[in-house]
Amino acid sequence: MTAHHGAKREFSFTVNGERRAVRAYPMERLLDVLRNELSLTGTKEGCGEGECGACSVLVDGALVDSCLVPVAQAQGSKIVTIEGIAQDARFASLREAFLELGGAQCGICTPGMILAAVHLLERKASPTMDDIREGLSGNLCRCTGYAQILEAVAEAARRAGAR
Amino acid sequence: MRSDPADFDLITPANLTAAVAMLAESPREWLPIAGGTDVMVQLASGTLRARKLLSVWNLPELRRIDALPEEIQIGAGSTYTDLRRSEIVSREFPLLARAASWTGGIANQNRGTIGGNIVNASPAADSLPALLAYQAELILVSAAGERRIPYVDFHRDYKKMVLAPGELIRSVCLPQRYSGYVQYSRKVGGRNAQAISKVCVAALGRIERGAIEDVRIALGSVAPIPIRLRETEKLLLGKSPSADLVAKAGETAMAETHPIDDIRSTARYRAAVVGNLVNEFLEILGGAANRE
Repeated sequence: MTAHHGAKREFSFTVNGERRAVRAYPMERLLDVLRNELSLTGTKEGCGEGECGACSVLVDGALVDSCLVPVAQAQGSKIVTIEGIAQDARFASLREAFLELGGAQCGICTPGMILAAVHLLERKASPTMDDIREGLSGNLCRCTGYAQILEAVAEAARRAGAR
Repeated sequence: MRSDPADFDLITPANLTAAVAMLAESPREWLPIAGGTDVMVQLASGTLRARKLLSVWNLPELRRIDALPEEIQIGAGSTYTDLRRSEIVSREFPLLARAASWTGGIANQNRGTIGGNIVNASPAADSLPALLAYQAELILVSAAGERRIPYVDFHRDYKKMVLAPGELIRSVCLPQRYSGYVQYSRKVGGRNAQAISKVCVAALGRIERGAIEDVRIALGSVAPIPIRLRETEKLLLGKSPSADLVAKAGETAMAETHPIDDIRSTARYRAAVVGNLVNEFLEILGGAANRE
């Protein structure tokens, strides 16, 4: 049996507001392209099968697990990673609340948690605790026990509302 | 071990016509990929057999929901998020909207599609019992044209289905005739999000003059494919949902279900849950009879 080999192709998209072009195999995971080609290592690999949310990014505004997105399907899209959120003044409350309330411990899940929280808060500025639990339900943390993370998102929403 | 992406090709046709034309050229070679929530997991585990993939993600003809006078047609490329956000799906087909809300987490719902869920053919798929209960029909499309089949005939056995090589699901059609019905669904799993169901149920029933005039009870995770509880339904039809009947229906449901032991649950637990879910549904249906 002869294996079929795909060839590298050029793909372009906007990452954190900048136009980027990469040469990659079309079935390469967006996760690997972000980390290895674009040196955006804030996006983490956890399970590699869409269970843990560590590799969460926004593609055209939608929260996705970048380990499950072949790069060819991201062609032409607008991608936001944790590095983009880090510089965004709109999410200052969220970053502060995670720091102050112990929302991050080892930190591997944190970029994904923040991305999921951003995705939620952009749709619901004043979420209930159930909304927060649902919004972050695809993100696993093995350190915090979740309470501090959920509380950090609730606090961030309160502070953003008060501003 | 994870596969090497260099061993795979993936093409992204711009529209449905181009996609089915390419599939027709070498129908056994191409594997369609939509949001990748199953295919990419196979890539991760090194079990993806196809080497040539054809993307149907975001094809405009597949990602739309049309309300026609007699039915709604849900494009097979509609995501769970699309289903949850659709006003008509939430209002008229709550069993499907609810199943979408407890499939995976938000990121999975943003990528997973109804068509992908059907062809992945997991016995535990949460959205499929709703399609059985609503008597959905599927429109299949290939370069040769379209055909329409009842969803109940689509899955034949574990991961076996009547999709011909080169064929795609275009739409899921749901007839709009369920106003006045009691609609019940429940997922029993380790947790609602992410966890795969131990048992999931979607049921519909209508009471007229105190008697059960129509009833469908569909289950996932208890057989190689999603099933209807035909014996239980037969027992219930035309009768008043009395306490005796409810108890008998629970027993009948347990007797006609043959689940298995696996990592998520045991056959014994699943059968007991089936009985309890049927009882719960009938108590709610009975409540509707009393309010009549």
